[in-house]
Amino acid sequence: MTFLAITRATLAKDIRLEWRSKDAINAMLFFALLVVVIFSFSFDPTAEESRQIAGGLIWVAFLFAAIVALNQTWAREIRNQVLDAYRVSPAPANPLFLAKALVNFIFVSVLEVVMTPLFIAFYKLRAVGPGWELIPITILGTWALVVNGTFFAAISLRTRSREIMLPLLLFPLSIPALLGMVNATTAVLTGETSARFWIALLLAYDVVFTVACLLLFETVLEAE
Amino acid sequence: MKQGFPILAIVTALLLSFALYQALIVAPTEFTMGDVQRIFYYHVPSAWTAFLLFLINFVASVVYLIRRDPKADILALVSAEVGVVFCTVVLITGPIWARPVWGIWWTWDLRLTLTLVLWLIYVSYLMLRRFSTSSQTPKLAAVVAILGALDVPLVYFSIWFFRTQHPSPVIGGGGSLDPRMAHVLLINWAAFSCLAWLLCWTRYRLEVVTREVEESRSLESLLEGSR
Repeated sequence: MTFLAITRATLAKDIRLEWRSKDAINAMLFFALLVVVIFSFSFDPTAEESRQIAGGLIWVAFLFAAIVALNQTWAREIRNQVLDAYRVSPAPANPLFLAKALVNFIFVSVLEVVMTPLFIAFYKLRAVGPGWELIPITILGTWALVVNGTFFAAISLRTRSREIMLPLLLFPLSIPALLGMVNATTAVLTGETSARFWIALLLAYDVVFTVACLLLFETVLEAE
Repeated sequence: MKQGFPILAIVTALLLSFALYQALIVAPTEFTMGDVQRIFYYHVPSAWTAFLLFLINFVASVVYLIRRDPKADILALVSAEVGVVFCTVVLITGPIWARPVWGIWWTWDLRLTLTLVLWLIYVSYLMLRRFSTSSQTPKLAAVVAILGALDVPLVYFSIWFFRTQHPSPVIGGGGSLDPRMAHVLLINWAAFSCLAWLLCWTRYRLEVVTREVEESRSLESLLEGSR
């Protein structure tokens, strides 16, 4: 099988599994909803300053909710020794990783599509700056979260209390990405500064870590 | 190799006492900050030593992934551990110095934030080593160490831009260092590097012995099982 065929097969399998159970997506959506509601009580959504912190709130909510989906990524492969089977099969490791990252990308994107209108309604948001820039920011930011998240989820699989380990590994490394997403979003929402630098930073982050994860994933998959 | 250890220990002790004398007595008192500035001779060498150890951790991790040499793995582990200790010293002496001089404990300035993020990255690396249950911990840890090192330039640029947008309250900066102060600083750095070397060496030997004990124990239980 070619690289693309394996990626497509894994992707289709994971989406079909999720379509039937809807475990990850339901948990993630409800969790994000709870975070949004709790934030609305913690920070007055009607205050004018809310516009300044809204970018931060949105991305922190997405980050926390994404952890729910990321933790599920490999856990379902453990149950029937699917991962062991994959390891002994002649299929290369990278298409598997790419498929898993894409699945998570789709899940988190669905989450964002559902939650963003809610955020806009609760916080009365509108873009003062160029609104179209939010699209590349969201795509690059989401990929930055899921590419490392998928990778670290595979690593934390081999630890005690793996659900705790994932955020402990992911958050420190995601600080530049988070700074990029939050500042770019705030720049667009307030229209005070340009988001250009932050989009470039996110792009650099995505390229560096996508390449690094693809190069190192085989080592992680073989480590057992 | 083993004979070198007491020599290094004695050299470190002598250098540290000499550096202490230099920093507290010989170095000139700073004009505006007064005696509190002397913490500089501990703060800066600790930072340099910590960054050097993190660099060693990165190199050792790469070497481990290429050669699969357990020595490289132990070196990566001990350099991260001792590096985190020195980085903690930096993060503690920093606010002690900042409070009387700047009037604040902390500011989100480039170097402070970078040091804090570095500390977080390497603590999470050590957490992984601690929580890992597989026999493949060295491989996974090496991978995380490499990703952590790749993150550092990105952290640098993101904070650099973040800070240029919001000017920091730090006054001063720049200016040149009195040559006598630079001299004392270098002596202190030499002493701290020796101390770091000594600590790494001790920890390295401890780790080697620990692994030997673990290995012979598992061998023993295997033999008992077959009997």
